[in-house]
Amino acid sequence: MPLLSLLAFLALWQGCAFYINIHSLPTPAVVAQVFWQACSSGQLPFHLGVTLLRLLVSFSIAMLLGSAIGIVLGRHKKLDAFFDNWLVIFLNVPALVTIILCYVWFGLIESAAILAVVINKLPSVIVTIREGARSLDQDLLDMARCFGFSQRKTLIHVIWPQLHPFVMAATRSGLALIWKIILVVELLGRSNGMGYQLHLFFQMFDVASILAYTIAFVGVIQLIELIILKPLDRKALRWRR
Amino acid sequence: MSDIQINIINKTYPAIEQAEAHTAIADLNLNLKSGEFICLVGPSGCGKTTLLNIIADLDNDYQGSIGLSQQSVRPKIGYIFQNPRLLPWHTVRENIELVVEDPLSANIIDNLLEVMQLTPSQHVYPERLSLGMSRRVAITRAFAVDPDLLLMDEPFVSLDAPTARQVRALLLSLWQQRPHTVLFVTHDLREAIALADRLIFLSASPMSVISEINVPIPRAERHDEAAIEAFRQQLLNDYPAIKELL
Repeated sequence: MPLLSLLAFLALWQGCAFYINIHSLPTPAVVAQVFWQACSSGQLPFHLGVTLLRLLVSFSIAMLLGSAIGIVLGRHKKLDAFFDNWLVIFLNVPALVTIILCYVWFGLIESAAILAVVINKLPSVIVTIREGARSLDQDLLDMARCFGFSQRKTLIHVIWPQLHPFVMAATRSGLALIWKIILVVELLGRSNGMGYQLHLFFQMFDVASILAYTIAFVGVIQLIELIILKPLDRKALRWRR
Repeated sequence: MSDIQINIINKTYPAIEQAEAHTAIADLNLNLKSGEFICLVGPSGCGKTTLLNIIADLDNDYQGSIGLSQQSVRPKIGYIFQNPRLLPWHTVRENIELVVEDPLSANIIDNLLEVMQLTPSQHVYPERLSLGMSRRVAITRAFAVDPDLLLMDEPFVSLDAPTARQVRALLLSLWQQRPHTVLFVTHDLREAIALADRLIFLSASPMSVISEINVPIPRAERHDEAAIEAFRQQLLNDYPAIKELL
């Protein structure tokens, strides 16, 4: 069924390309050819790799920091009340504003780019994990305390498994959001990466290359879902009936 | 382990929105002798769980003290809650292993699982267990810590009679292998007589002690339901106030 669905999509694409100007919407065959050339020249793997590295670094920082802050805010009502407005402010600052300010304040450097992505992602991770920490089962926490669990043991065996669905939600929404922000960051202030390349193709009105790079990126995100996230889900939820 | 003196002057739950402040316990004095099996009998909602939570140090918001007569170290506590409170993402065996500090305790856990007839289910996740089996796991977990004080909060409630009888017999056999102080909460007088050295009757909220009665039936005769029923009738005749608590 998935294969049939994919073939139907390609047929629809081919049909649309036939009626629309071939420069505005190249056929799947043309895009595949451009994709192959970009791969064999090494351009696509290089720029894709640079973007994925930025994604890995900024995503890891945002998730680790956001999870820690989210757990603390979810378990301490006074701290949560104090920082709640800050979160609302940061959640609503447009991504473009943060990116421009980071480049203005720190220059067009790699760390400014990473910082801009982290600042954009961090509030939503904190909010998601905070909800998880608020809904922790007090009965299980009492059990752990009564049986003398250390803080580390409580975190690993009692708190973290309950936060798993929230962490996975933050991960999936995070990946979808972060790669879009990274492309803007690269477009505005870097000289490599997918965003920079897409900007070049836009200036040359090279739609075939834009589509080829997009397909490569979507493919990688799908692979991350299949190879990393789904097996993680299966392992973490193996206890469910 | 030394005796434990419980002296709770006042335990009050503060007012929340529409609900008024509520005094759960007032002027409660108890002395738990080492190795004694004590049953607390009182009406539902009188504050028995609150008392166990205070003793287990899960609730510090009260006036009074929990004291030990001879030692300053906090006794090792095993707590069997009303619901089993097993970690659903860990197997039966992992749930028990987690509370045991000694890494060389595999044999002890094997023996406990054997006694509680849980060996075939040791690698099963709690969601696949019946309530009766989950309760047995909770009892095994509490025994695995080799507690000085065992707190049991209506552990057999909602079990069918044969299962409750079976788990009660297992509990007594474990307790007789290694006697330690047990504080067992129930509102079932027959169950209390079958298990306890001493019965403590508690009033409705605010909770305080109404009377303390030693159970004279020898341990060997506790399986005799006629003897238990006779003692129950005698109690109800001698202490009419008890009827209102049940």
